[in-house]
Amino acid sequence: MPLTFSARPALVAYLTCGDPDLATTREVALAAVEAGAAVLELGVPFSDPVADGPVIQRASERALRHRTSLADVLQLAGDLRRQTNAGMIVFSYLNPLLQFGLERFCDAAAKAGLDGALVIDLPVEEAGAYLRAMRARGLATVFLAAPTSTDGRLKQIAEASAGFVYAVSRTGVTGERDQAPQDARELVRRLRRYTRLPVAVGFGISTAQQCAAVGEYADAAVVGSAIVHTIERNPGREAAAVREFVSGLLGGSRAAHRRTSATPA
Amino acid sequence: MATTTISRKKPFGTPGKIAVPGRFGPFGGCYVPETLMAALEELERVYREARRDKKFQEEFSGLLRHYAGRPTPLFFARRLTEKLGGARIYLKREDLLHTGAHKINNCLGQALLTRRMGKQRVIAETGAGQHGVATATVCALLGFQCVVYMGAEDMRRQELNVFRMRLLGAEVRSVEAGSRTLKDAINEAMRDWVTNVRTTHYLLGSVLGAHPYPQMVRDFHSVTGREARAQVRKQAGKLPAAVIACVGGGSNAIGIFSAFLADRGVRLIGVEAGGRGTGLGEHAARFHGGAPGVLQGTYSYVLQDAAGQIATTHSVSAGLDYPGVGPEHAWLKESGRAEYVSASDTEALEACSVLARTEGIIPALESAHAVAECIKRAPKMKRSEVMIVNISGRGDKDMGILREHLKNL
Repeated sequence: MPLTFSARPALVAYLTCGDPDLATTREVALAAVEAGAAVLELGVPFSDPVADGPVIQRASERALRHRTSLADVLQLAGDLRRQTNAGMIVFSYLNPLLQFGLERFCDAAAKAGLDGALVIDLPVEEAGAYLRAMRARGLATVFLAAPTSTDGRLKQIAEASAGFVYAVSRTGVTGERDQAPQDARELVRRLRRYTRLPVAVGFGISTAQQCAAVGEYADAAVVGSAIVHTIERNPGREAAAVREFVSGLLGGSRAAHRRTSATPA
Repeated sequence: MATTTISRKKPFGTPGKIAVPGRFGPFGGCYVPETLMAALEELERVYREARRDKKFQEEFSGLLRHYAGRPTPLFFARRLTEKLGGARIYLKREDLLHTGAHKINNCLGQALLTRRMGKQRVIAETGAGQHGVATATVCALLGFQCVVYMGAEDMRRQELNVFRMRLLGAEVRSVEAGSRTLKDAINEAMRDWVTNVRTTHYLLGSVLGAHPYPQMVRDFHSVTGREARAQVRKQAGKLPAAVIACVGGGSNAIGIFSAFLADRGVRLIGVEAGGRGTGLGEHAARFHGGAPGVLQGTYSYVLQDAAGQIATTHSVSAGLDYPGVGPEHAWLKESGRAEYVSASDTEALEACSVLARTEGIIPALESAHAVAECIKRAPKMKRSEVMIVNISGRGDKDMGILREHLKNL
């Protein structure tokens, strides 16, 4: 199953699985894809999400109240795969994966029809066995690149990555921000020297305007907290609300991008 | 810097080209989001240079001596020895240091590194408040802006230390997430660091976290062990049969153990918080109920459930109330060089009274766990044998809790 970004910018939609419950996550995921998301990031809730802001922290707490586990997320992925061809990766902190077992995780991920994984607290230095196990099953290893990463690190990240590279738009935790990312354009430019993989920009992207801005220099925008926030604010009609929100993100950004593209270079 | 890279049982091996320093057997490593990696690399480089820099070492030792009050005494506890009727007990008096605990050693070292890196803002986490107070102190000394994260529950039980930090000019931020204790304070400090990494140094207070912290913090505390080893040989005429220290993250224990690692005849005993029961959530004894896992940057023993979610913990002592333990302790445990036991809340409170009444020394509740093990073990040892107990901090901060628990006084 391909991680393809045909539209530009394509949308990568993050969901904390099990928030508020797994059945709702499945509906929301399908709604996001119908509204145009190219790739789903299935977030595994973790008790200590050090890279996440308050919105995803709260979602993780809600999901953990009924003990949503990595096993549940893998099963959800299998269910989703029967209903959609969209790209699909697991987004997790390392410890749940470690306790599940690395080889067992890779087997189950491949069987569920997942395309890859992003382990947020696993830098390239520590990723040797993970890379081997994932590659052996044709699973994409998505790594983070940060504005603080040195050129040497970007090169290692590019070499270790498959599927796409996730460029962190700014220093900080996940969460919606008012301004457009400052550091991202420069980071993507530096990254492109080392890779021909698609680059997705995430952290702090929550509006159509921001997506459109990302579309000018990157292949995809990752939207997480804003979608999770939409779920939080719309109990009982999560899927419908996310469908509207995602349509709005893409409608605005695609229109804006068409306008920019129409201008001759 | 030692680059121990025995990769047996390492969770995720390393790709050929990239060297991974900071391993203790399979434990340790560097498990943080990419945004922090450059800062950790810078910290490691600056620390490596500073270690070889005579001026840095002189300034550090000078501050330890003239500001913190080193060397600390090694005190022969005559009445406690007589009461227990076994090994001769010596107390390493880290409680006499400026700010009331061993934490100042590491804070001075890291503060000098902060200046060397040209950073002006320091953040820290604190459990009992001792590390927060020590951090606020060194920030005042060197003129840094200081923000300390502290769990709301810990702020309640250590309110005097909150006031001390504020008096020293630090901003104390209350953390309401999770169990509102040390682990949650570290999460919040890491979130601050990932946001302000370009201008801010994270002055981590124990031998925890990603490389280079466990090695660096150990090195800054190793002065305790060097002093104790020289003192015991001079005063007792021999090496001790046992060295006992409490283990939360494990910085005071590593500090004193480090000088005795090569002395195979010296038993090294770490004491964890046994809390109020053996069920998950009732204690903080990582070696009695925990399993290897990754928490807050490092691979070590962690109290967790089968799905890898981190467990809540309980201890009467805020400084030991943490679900992880320093990776070097995990390796000392697995390699058999050190042994780890636990003392319950009740035993620690009792030990606190015993030491107060036999020696006139009120230990911190953390250190009281080490005293509790001493009380159990000394009577079974020969009178010719020597034991050192590390009194890592003093009990002034614990008066509220002691008064609550020892109502019959």
